[in-house]
Amino acid sequence: MSEQQGAAGTLVDISGVEKVFHRGSEDILVLRDLHLQVPAGEFLALMGPSGSGKSTLLNLIGGLDHPTKGSVTIAGERIDQLRDRRLAAWRARHIGFVFQLYNLLPVLTAERNVELPLLLTHLSRAERKRHVDTALEAVGLSHRAQHYPRQLSGGEQQRVGIARGIVTDPTLLLCDEPTGDLDRKAGDEVLNLLQALNREHGKTIIMVTHDPHASARASRTVFLNKGQLTREPQN
Amino acid sequence: MRFLHLVWGNLRRKKTRTVLTLLSIVVAFVLFGFLSAIRQALTGGVSLEGANRLIVRHKVSIIQLLPVDYKRRMEKIPGVAAVTHQTWFGGIYQDPKNFFMQNPVIPEDFLAMHPEMILPAAQKQAWLQTRTGAVVGRKTAERFGWRVGDKVPIQSTIWAKKDGSFLWEFDIVGIYDGRDKNTDTTPFFFRYDYFDEARRSGTGLVGWYTIRVKDSSKAAEVANLVDAEFENSSAETKTEAEGAFVQAWAKQVGDIALITASILGAVFFTILLVTGNTIAQSVRERTGEIGVLKAIGFTNGQVLGLVLAESCVLSVLGGVVGLGVAWLLTSRGDPTGGLLPLFFFPAGDLAAGLAIAVALGVVTGIFPALQAMRLRVADSLRRI
Repeated sequence: MSEQQGAAGTLVDISGVEKVFHRGSEDILVLRDLHLQVPAGEFLALMGPSGSGKSTLLNLIGGLDHPTKGSVTIAGERIDQLRDRRLAAWRARHIGFVFQLYNLLPVLTAERNVELPLLLTHLSRAERKRHVDTALEAVGLSHRAQHYPRQLSGGEQQRVGIARGIVTDPTLLLCDEPTGDLDRKAGDEVLNLLQALNREHGKTIIMVTHDPHASARASRTVFLNKGQLTREPQN
Repeated sequence: MRFLHLVWGNLRRKKTRTVLTLLSIVVAFVLFGFLSAIRQALTGGVSLEGANRLIVRHKVSIIQLLPVDYKRRMEKIPGVAAVTHQTWFGGIYQDPKNFFMQNPVIPEDFLAMHPEMILPAAQKQAWLQTRTGAVVGRKTAERFGWRVGDKVPIQSTIWAKKDGSFLWEFDIVGIYDGRDKNTDTTPFFFRYDYFDEARRSGTGLVGWYTIRVKDSSKAAEVANLVDAEFENSSAETKTEAEGAFVQAWAKQVGDIALITASILGAVFFTILLVTGNTIAQSVRERTGEIGVLKAIGFTNGQVLGLVLAESCVLSVLGGVVGLGVAWLLTSRGDPTGGLLPLFFFPAGDLAAGLAIAVALGVVTGIFPALQAMRLRVADSLRRI
């Protein structure tokens, strides 16, 4: 089965995508004939059991991997046809990532971590600082800018991760289990933030999660099972 | 420069490991500086004038003597501008450890032959007027606290006087300085006439000759003419450029250049392994972070550049500190207390050291950098 949305305002268009991983002599089909459209401004939750292909789909949308078959179109651009250098530049401009384990660089302060994507732009140091300050303020961590990740709680680190993900004002924010490593309270703070980014700032968000509590915050949830999309969760 | 904090931060990640690696690089470059100074001391004491000078010695060995009347015959050879001679005295001042060269010479000829030795006119005049007079280089004078007017006794290990004594007395009438940095100011020169008249044996014999040629481009030709002049005589000669003579003298100790190159080669190879291992380990520990950088949009080339920058910063920092320490230590002078004719860290070797530091950074960082560059983003994120 496939999920379809109206064509107008489509930001993400996955069409007939397959992904096969080669492990030695074995071929593992992770995604099969997948079709998905995500309109601009949507907060989409992607759920499914472990091994269903959620992270693989997220990687394809984020330009971190290429499909074996099919097309991945983001904001009208076929990213499955981009290679290496151009794909990296595309990611820098269009995608913000939020990872389950935050993935902050431990040797940099919160401020410097958030600044990382901006180092790839032509912005001056002063301009970069302005953007960083804005992003940290948006996540409520301006007062922790000079702290290192080891000095922050899990929730705070994830909020810094979100700040890093939005600092370049990307077209799309991709979150891979953003609350997976947090307790309920910290997780709620993160989800509140994501929801605010979506509702108040119109940010398009695709979030992989296995937590129904998290997916309830999204405007739509799709389910992935054995590499295919379904309407309902499959047991 | 905008990525410098990232490079620096990664180096500070494991401070102990970075500091130990840095120290090993520093030590390697201190050794480099010291060996350069020693190599320069033993092989580099040739001034610009040396290009115009030939050394004529006994064909069999430098320790065999030549007749003093060879001077007159050499002066007639076409292409020869001037001739002078020296003889090895082999003296000891107070203690055998207090080594410095002492040679009898003909003052006027000798000073004309070596314009790189700067002796005040009044002191030169005093030398010409004092039969037991001697001039000494500034380095040796300062070493023993000698001043003009001092009487200096030197025990020769070779030359006895006619009274059977080996003790010779000299009057310091002058202290000379070197015009160039690599001019040796350790030797002690006294008058040949005093030496020849007073010695019990070897009268009329000298150690070696120095010839200044009229045209340095014809030096080889003049050398052949000189040797041809004395061919088939009882004291055949071997004439060579002063630079080659100095090199050959140093080779009696050993092939200095080869020895120092071998030592440094072994040291830098070890450092290469140590530093390479440090960088490789650092990259292996950061696979996930490298994946994150690539996910954010860092290109493969930028990731390669970051890792290379890290290894280069480490090795250049270590190199600069090591070369700086070597410079400071060598500027304090000869650590042997006078055995080395000169002792300084040549500017050319300093520049070479910096180049080696950069090359070391590139070589140690290139394989880990390529490894980081080739990491697939999705795979490296999966390893987190």
